[in-house]
Amino acid sequence: MDRAEATVVVTNEVGLHARPAALFVRKAKEFESAITVQNLTRNGEPSDAKSPLQVIKAAIAQNHEIRIVAEGADAQEAVDALVDLVETELA
Amino acid sequence: MSRVLDGVAASGGVAVGPIHHYRDDLPALPDGRPEDIDAEVERFRRAVEAITAHLARLEETTRANVGDEAAEIFAVHAMILEDPSFLDPIEEEIRQNGVWAEVAVSHTAERVAAEFAELGDEYFAARAADIRDLGNQILRELFGIGPPNLADLRVPSIIVAHDLTPSDTALIPPGMALGFCTMVGSAVSHTAILARSLGIPAVVGIGEFNEVDGTTAILDGDAGTLVLDPTEEEVAAARAEIERRAEERAEAVAHAAEPAVTIDGHMVEVVANVGGVEDAERASEAGAEGIGLVRTEFMFLDRPDLPDEDEQVEAYRAILRPFPTGPVVFRTLDVGGDKQIPAVEIAPELNPFLGKRGIRLTLAETSIFRTQLRALLRAGAGRPVQIMFPMVASPAEVRAARQILDEVADELDRSGVERADEVDVGVMIEVPSAAVMADLLAEEVDFFSIGTNDLTQYTLAVDRTNPVVAPLADALHPAVLRLIRQVVEAAHEKGRWVGVCGELAGDTLATPVLVGLSVDELSMSPPAVPLVKSRIRSLSREVCRELARQCLDADDPAQVRDLLASVS
Repeated sequence: MDRAEATVVVTNEVGLHARPAALFVRKAKEFESAITVQNLTRNGEPSDAKSPLQVIKAAIAQNHEIRIVAEGADAQEAVDALVDLVETELA
Repeated sequence: MSRVLDGVAASGGVAVGPIHHYRDDLPALPDGRPEDIDAEVERFRRAVEAITAHLARLEETTRANVGDEAAEIFAVHAMILEDPSFLDPIEEEIRQNGVWAEVAVSHTAERVAAEFAELGDEYFAARAADIRDLGNQILRELFGIGPPNLADLRVPSIIVAHDLTPSDTALIPPGMALGFCTMVGSAVSHTAILARSLGIPAVVGIGEFNEVDGTTAILDGDAGTLVLDPTEEEVAAARAEIERRAEERAEAVAHAAEPAVTIDGHMVEVVANVGGVEDAERASEAGAEGIGLVRTEFMFLDRPDLPDEDEQVEAYRAILRPFPTGPVVFRTLDVGGDKQIPAVEIAPELNPFLGKRGIRLTLAETSIFRTQLRALLRAGAGRPVQIMFPMVASPAEVRAARQILDEVADELDRSGVERADEVDVGVMIEVPSAAVMADLLAEEVDFFSIGTNDLTQYTLAVDRTNPVVAPLADALHPAVLRLIRQVVEAAHEKGRWVGVCGELAGDTLATPVLVGLSVDELSMSPPAVPLVKSRIRSLSREVCRELARQCLDADDPAQVRDLLASVS
């Protein structure tokens, strides 16, 4: 099984809360791979990126560094798409 | 025998009608165990489907009536309803413990909400509230009682509730709310502001209420009372009063477009306070000559994120549109105190009214401030525009804010973005220190707008949201009037104009003293505009000046009220 990961800094003013969190989850759900997101700045545990409640609970605020890990057939695509979302659309 | 409940007067006027008690409490959870577990799981799934469909409708309605951003919250709710970490534990509890769906939903929603609440800050507390709210919606569906809904109101009623939020009031069919009455809340709560903009009475803070729907009542938004089971005489008197006000209003509305000039030829500018695009249109229809206060918070409340620059530009342009020539005064973001926005975190404060609010907050969170100022400058391109800062306590704050405004204007110029070049800058006078130092502030700004609600509570040391002392927060207190005089004199000395944008400005009883104190502009909720204009036309400025002198010499608000009541 493919595995891909990336770390990225969230620049969005409100972090990955509410609407940005919803967009993030919506994007994650487009992929088959199992995806987690982990708040490195807060030393958090990996959370299911397809669960809005888990993503919101990761308390990802502006300037937090997060790690995105995907495992599955479209792992690389998924990570690329989510990094792109965080760096451009949610920037 | 009639019974009288006392509260705080929040929006003037009188209403007679049946009580509609709006409640969102739930029946008790069922006892025992279900026989068919699969059926229970199925019932739960169908309830979730029904709520998902309901949320989609709410999202659509809100998108059409309010805007995309406001609608997003319902999309977020719908996503939580697809979240396995919420749904799976409920199904597990039904299967493993063999309990009713209601019991499993109630337990799980409470547990998940508590996990969020424990994370501590206000943002997570709000998410905990979202989860409880969703849990309650599923429960109502399971109980078969549907969403609590004011959209189904078919009889014009006095709506009594614990408190009312914008999502409660958004769906009320036009004409069905005769008045609002809440058990908690303050004269500055959503309920109060909405009632004034609808021109219906409101009383807040009446305390516990347990009356049957349909009980006849009289709501007196001036006295701050709800009279239950009134006598025939009381009802007749209330109806006569409603009739008299309606006639007075019809007469005033007929002349609303004419200027407000006293019988001795002194003109007073009558403008409106608005909290949104619709208000601005209503204000124009009501005969307002401009806008004396745009509460820009409307764009920031009830949403999890911040409105971006383009979205703000669009909203500000829409507010400017009905007033191509009249003044439009935008107050920059005024939150803190009793107004919180989810996107800005304010550490809990013991005295929020004395805390980080208004300009104190925007000078600390400059990225929000800059975005708003950029949007205001862009929206005002090609026309004059007024920008006003709230909660200013000293000239240094004005200088700091003006510097940011100048920087933002330079940025726009450098990037070649069109912007307003005729910008007047003003401050709200609501902190007593600002009133006392008005002579120095006048050197920094083009105009003042006196916010009498806050000026009163700060001058008199009365928390106007505390029903026990709120009646003491009378803006007609001679101390407040003396501060108004001081501000007007200091401003006129330097050639600046002064407006009043608190509730006092829309109270026709107060009009003579404000005219007598030489206030240049009065700004009020749109429905009050025709009445105040009509009142000004009946007055002589000379008589008002003498009256103002007497009011300033009075030693308590009751004396001032007696003096004002004697004006014909």
